[in-house]
Amino acid sequence: MSIWEYTPAPESRESARLRPSYQMFIDGEFVDGSGTAFKTINPADEEVLAEVAEANESDVDNAVRAARRAFEQVWGRMPGRERSKYLFRIARLIQERARELAVLESLDNGKPIKESRDVDIPLAAAHFFYYAGWADKLEYAGFGANPRPLGVAGQVIPWNFPLLMAAWKLAPALAAGNTCVLKPAETTPLTALVLAEICQQADLPPGVVNVVPGAGNTGATLVAHKGVDKVAFTGSTEVGKEIQRTIAGTKKRLTLELGGKAANIVFDDAPLDQAVEGIVSGIFFNQGHVCCAGSRLLVQESVADELLDSLKRRLGTLRLGDPLDKNTDIGAINSAAQLEKIRSLSQIGESEGATRWSAACPLPERGFWFPPTVFTGVSQAHRIAREEIFGPVLSVLTFRTPDEALAKANNTPYGLSAGIWTEKGSRILWMANRLRAGVVWANTFNRFDPTSPFGGYQESGFGREGGRHGLEAYLAH
Amino acid sequence: MIARVHSPNVTAPTTQPTAIFADAVRDATSLRRFLHGLPGVDQVGAQARAAGLATRSIKKASKVWALEAAIGMVDLTTLEGADTAGKIRSLCAKARQPDPADPTCPPVAAVCVYPDLVTVAREHLADTGIAVASVATAFPSGRASLRTKLADVADAVEAGADEIDMVIDRGAFLAGHYREVYDEIVAVKAACGSAHLKVILETGELSTLDNVRRASWLALLAGGDFIKTSTGKVSPAATPPVALVMMEAVRDFAAATGERRGVKLAGGIRTAKDAVRYLVLVKETAGEEWLTPRLFRIGASSLVNDLLMQRTRERTGVYSGNDYFTVD
Repeated sequence: MSIWEYTPAPESRESARLRPSYQMFIDGEFVDGSGTAFKTINPADEEVLAEVAEANESDVDNAVRAARRAFEQVWGRMPGRERSKYLFRIARLIQERARELAVLESLDNGKPIKESRDVDIPLAAAHFFYYAGWADKLEYAGFGANPRPLGVAGQVIPWNFPLLMAAWKLAPALAAGNTCVLKPAETTPLTALVLAEICQQADLPPGVVNVVPGAGNTGATLVAHKGVDKVAFTGSTEVGKEIQRTIAGTKKRLTLELGGKAANIVFDDAPLDQAVEGIVSGIFFNQGHVCCAGSRLLVQESVADELLDSLKRRLGTLRLGDPLDKNTDIGAINSAAQLEKIRSLSQIGESEGATRWSAACPLPERGFWFPPTVFTGVSQAHRIAREEIFGPVLSVLTFRTPDEALAKANNTPYGLSAGIWTEKGSRILWMANRLRAGVVWANTFNRFDPTSPFGGYQESGFGREGGRHGLEAYLAH
Repeated sequence: MIARVHSPNVTAPTTQPTAIFADAVRDATSLRRFLHGLPGVDQVGAQARAAGLATRSIKKASKVWALEAAIGMVDLTTLEGADTAGKIRSLCAKARQPDPADPTCPPVAAVCVYPDLVTVAREHLADTGIAVASVATAFPSGRASLRTKLADVADAVEAGADEIDMVIDRGAFLAGHYREVYDEIVAVKAACGSAHLKVILETGELSTLDNVRRASWLALLAGGDFIKTSTGKVSPAATPPVALVMMEAVRDFAAATGERRGVKLAGGIRTAKDAVRYLVLVKETAGEEWLTPRLFRIGASSLVNDLLMQRTRERTGVYSGNDYFTVD
């Protein structure tokens, strides 16, 4: 029994200004469309939040046509300095409506309010601010003297960072002069639709941004549409491959940001207390629903026991529960399907002989929940060391030498991110040069900034988002 | 008179270091190796962790508990050249009854004064359960011979101090003469007799968190009952990352030895909000076992009134002005 329990400190649900139904956004207007409306639920209690219009083939077609018109008549010819004004305006409006967006994001996604408030929303605004600054400087971005926009971008985003992924996709595309049709994930469509409202508020010309909610079919229709010049997708490797097959033989350009199975490598000379924090934020941030999550902990055998003791003690302090409570560290799993996937892979981990440890936190009765879980005694041959679980499940492997750490870290079909923990600078550089991962963090993990490019190797996809590099995907040169 | 005087080169520890660390303190070389073998502290990571803990939202019942707990953990302090018996008297009255308007308000943990005023404080705190703490060892600079420092300690102990707040020799520490610092703490501990020893690291002068960790361990190995951040005379004083590293040290020391030692933060903590944030840091770093005046203190003077004001606000729903709380 605790002598000092934190009294619940929930953020007000009212701030989300939740409406019973949401329409799609095409050509500057909110319209019903002609698909079958679907429900989006709160994963923390399984209650229906709202009904959302579904975009079918004709809606997607309308959206793409609107985007084409807007590209040819307005946005594609607008001087960069004018485009940047709109982007700055959107960035400021995101900041002004930050609380609303944060609460709505937590309701729809299940992530703790402290993360939507301190990470998702501020970073989304930061992306618009950053790319607003590029809009009138494209000739100096290093992509030729006269870089041109591609046209209409079809963008399909995942449910793990709904608004942030929308910002990652829209901001560079718009800065470069493209127009967009964005398909948010079916379990988390709400903040993208509020972002559409913000575009309206910012007086963005009709058709420049269109948002077409729906499930996989809507995404597939968008990707396959003949009027789309560029496809950008963030999501599973499986769907990424399907998209690649769909657009093979067309002139469409493609960037893919897919799965990962990142190694977080802790050497015996690491700052151990901070490494523990980095492991926690690496795999338990956003319930582990992070494509670059540090889901494989590679720890040097000589400090493994000490580190794992500290890690388990730290996991004991994590607070799982109501995502709207400001003191919640671990929120809900986004969907029943995802929870099932996490459960089944965890069971496979046990049956393959790894040792399972879960933090002793009571799980709410309703909603989708999974406790922070650590598997020890994992080897490279285990499925939980190879497959992306996309949940709060850490697989712990050990190594003896830097060479072994490197070999194990690189031994994956993925290659999105990696982490190195050591006080030795030369070792950081040695490892970073040899790790096949798009992002390598040193003595930190899961840190994002709009100025820093992000993207993967191999089955983690191709193309970069963020930074100057992020513009390249949206420019012809 | 002076109880015991050691000359600096005589190392006859009167307290045995905890057996498990006997090897670490065998001689200067092994002590140095031990301290340099502690895991490093990544400053950026420590700052981020401390900042993360500061976002905890402590409201309603949990806030009331924290405010009252914090009042009970305060070492009400006056360390001015201008201190007089009258000043100490009024501070002691405040210590006994921080909020005259509310007798249910808990008393503070201790009153902290210079050695020559210990007698006065002792007299006014008799039978209250409130401890008398005294700074000693040529506070705040620590620049005096060991003989003088020990005499200073003996004076305070003889006058009735329950707790001695010593300063370490930062010069020796920064020069890498860890054994010297260690021996001095051991000697002071011996001179304290039954009085509790708080070892002030003066973290503002140690500059790096690696140094804070080493100095914390050094003081714990040498027998300090508490490790304390600062004299209050040097800026920066207590900061969240420093508190974090010190709480980690007592936590790890307890894990290794089974013995819980205390931490005192001093200097710069003026608002109830900061105090509550530090309690969160204590709870989530070392554990709730440390949420007791026996193991956690805050050295402060002006903090108490803000704690009282916030406490009254929680009870009555309205803020009262500064004039409703006593100036001492």
